[in-house]
Amino acid sequence: MKRIIILGSGTAGTMMANHLHHRLGTGEWEIDVIDERTEHYYQPGYLFLPFDIYSPEDIVKPIKNFLPNGVNLINESIDRIVPKEQYVLMANGDRLAYDILIIGTGCKIAPEETEGMLGAEWQKSVFDFYTFEGALALRNKLREWEGGKLVVHITEMPIKCPVAPLEFAFLADSFFKHKNMRDKVELTFVTPLSGAFTKPKATAALEHLLEEKHIKIESDFAIESVDNEQKAIVDYGGRTIPFDLLVTVPTNKGDELIARSGMGDDLNFVPTNKATLQSKGWPNIFVLGDATDIAASKAGSVAHFEAEILTDNILHFIAGEPLKEEFDGHANCFIETGNGKALLIDFNYTHEPVEGTFPFPGIGPLRLLKESRINHMGKLAFRWIYWNMLLKGTHIPFVSSAMQEAGKTFD
Amino acid sequence: MEKVIAGSTVQVNEEGYLTDFSQWNQAVGTELAEEAGINLTQRHWEVLAYLQNEYKNDVPLSIRKIGKSNVVDIKEFYQLFPTAPLKTASKIAGIPKPVSCI
Ligand SMILES: Cc1cc2nc3c(=O)[nH]c(=O)nc-3n(C[C@H](O)[C@H](O)[C@H](O)COP(=O)(O)OP(=O)(O)OC[C@H]3O[C@@H](n4cnc5c(N)ncnc54)[C@H](O)[C@@H]3O)c2cc1C
Repeated sequence: MKRIIILGSGTAGTMMANHLHHRLGTGEWEIDVIDERTEHYYQPGYLFLPFDIYSPEDIVKPIKNFLPNGVNLINESIDRIVPKEQYVLMANGDRLAYDILIIGTGCKIAPEETEGMLGAEWQKSVFDFYTFEGALALRNKLREWEGGKLVVHITEMPIKCPVAPLEFAFLADSFFKHKNMRDKVELTFVTPLSGAFTKPKATAALEHLLEEKHIKIESDFAIESVDNEQKAIVDYGGRTIPFDLLVTVPTNKGDELIARSGMGDDLNFVPTNKATLQSKGWPNIFVLGDATDIAASKAGSVAHFEAEILTDNILHFIAGEPLKEEFDGHANCFIETGNGKALLIDFNYTHEPVEGTFPFPGIGPLRLLKESRINHMGKLAFRWIYWNMLLKGTHIPFVSSAMQEAGKTFD
Repeated sequence: MEKVIAGSTVQVNEEGYLTDFSQWNQAVGTELAEEAGINLTQRHWEVLAYLQNEYKNDVPLSIRKIGKSNVVDIKEFYQLFPTAPLKTASKIAGIPKPVSCI
């Protein structure tokens, strides 16, 4: 029997296990998934946990509930890949040989990359919300915080879900309004980018919202250190921004296993062909989700579109056929804007997010790049879709893996 | 659009970045630096040459990579090109504005 090993049973790995099991059956191929965790975390929920909108039970479920019978889950930590000899070395010393390897080990925060971030104030007045533990600690802090300077900060790009820090700022604004203490909070959004987002039209729309909500923006800020004594962040140019509460998104890096395998760039992202999702180094190794170095958003929706295309390509690879160069960088993200509203953006490698209707051109019901209540319902529905359709590899009706140009207003 | 810089006509985009690197020369660089309030020294030229070389080799630029380049550390990079050094230096070097990943 031949063997496909999937590294990581997060969003991407779980979807691949479901797709491949469905398409390959149980005859010729054994499918194994390796993850060091037994629980699957719904990371988009980390945005809502600090504000007591979701509770931990909403966002943590056993991994095995989402894998089909016939796929083996190996609950161990991976030490490294040895691509030359085609095996995976486990932390416990086991060697697992593969014919095809799929890397879906995602990325995580690396606060140690910034001087002082893990200092005395860590989880006292300096928090992250990109981990379950961080989001929970921040929830407890926000329950009792009495106000002051709240600074929401991005360390450097790329980060997963690049709009999440903005959403955090918007939700904070509405959280404090509801607590009748908005006047006690000075909200500042600090970014290494030149504006609120990377794409011009979305940046303009988002900056308008920041202004409306009295959130100050500090752009082009490349952090050098966190000053724990003065409670301030300092950039390489000497610019200093004081805080009473800092909510930061630290540098994001691929897992250390990629560095130990000698397969990544300086942030442990794996060089990957952006259209086929084959690794650049090894023909029988494929990469998807947050682990790749491609210039697409690191988002669950992107992993979903990638998984559909990668499944076809793995079948082509097995049959000895040329791979399809089909992945176009498609991303589709809801942006929570607070007060029960949200924006929706839909874009790819070449088309920036613009206004329009989605998924039905001219009809909607969702509106692109415009705040609405129905978009917010869409964002909340995403959690149900994630657990019940996305992870299981069910095709989402009317939403194709290639971006649609119809229904959008391009210049 | 067209712009006359140091006596030569060059193509620039709406943010003032050259769109054709072959139109760049040292005189153009010097004048672009003056527009940004910078007097170029030997150190500036070394950093600009490094950036141009990375661009020619299709290496995407980031503050982090420059910090690890052994050509200049981030602190000095900021002293040479204050505020938004990568953007300012790219403009002076005649190469495109660095794209930050989404
Ligand atoms: C705050 C926040 C909000 C977000 N909001 C959205 C949103 O609204 N919409 C959206 O589409 N996306 C959102 N995302 C992004 C989305 O969660 C990720 O893009 C997605 O989970 C990536 O899937 P992945 O499988 O590549 O990585 P992950 O889901 O992170 O999975 C990686 C898996 O690999 C395992 N692993 C890693 N290293 C090892 C090892 N050495 N040994 C064993 N196992 C290992 C991990 O345990 C993990 O289970 C958000 C993310 C965050 C943090």
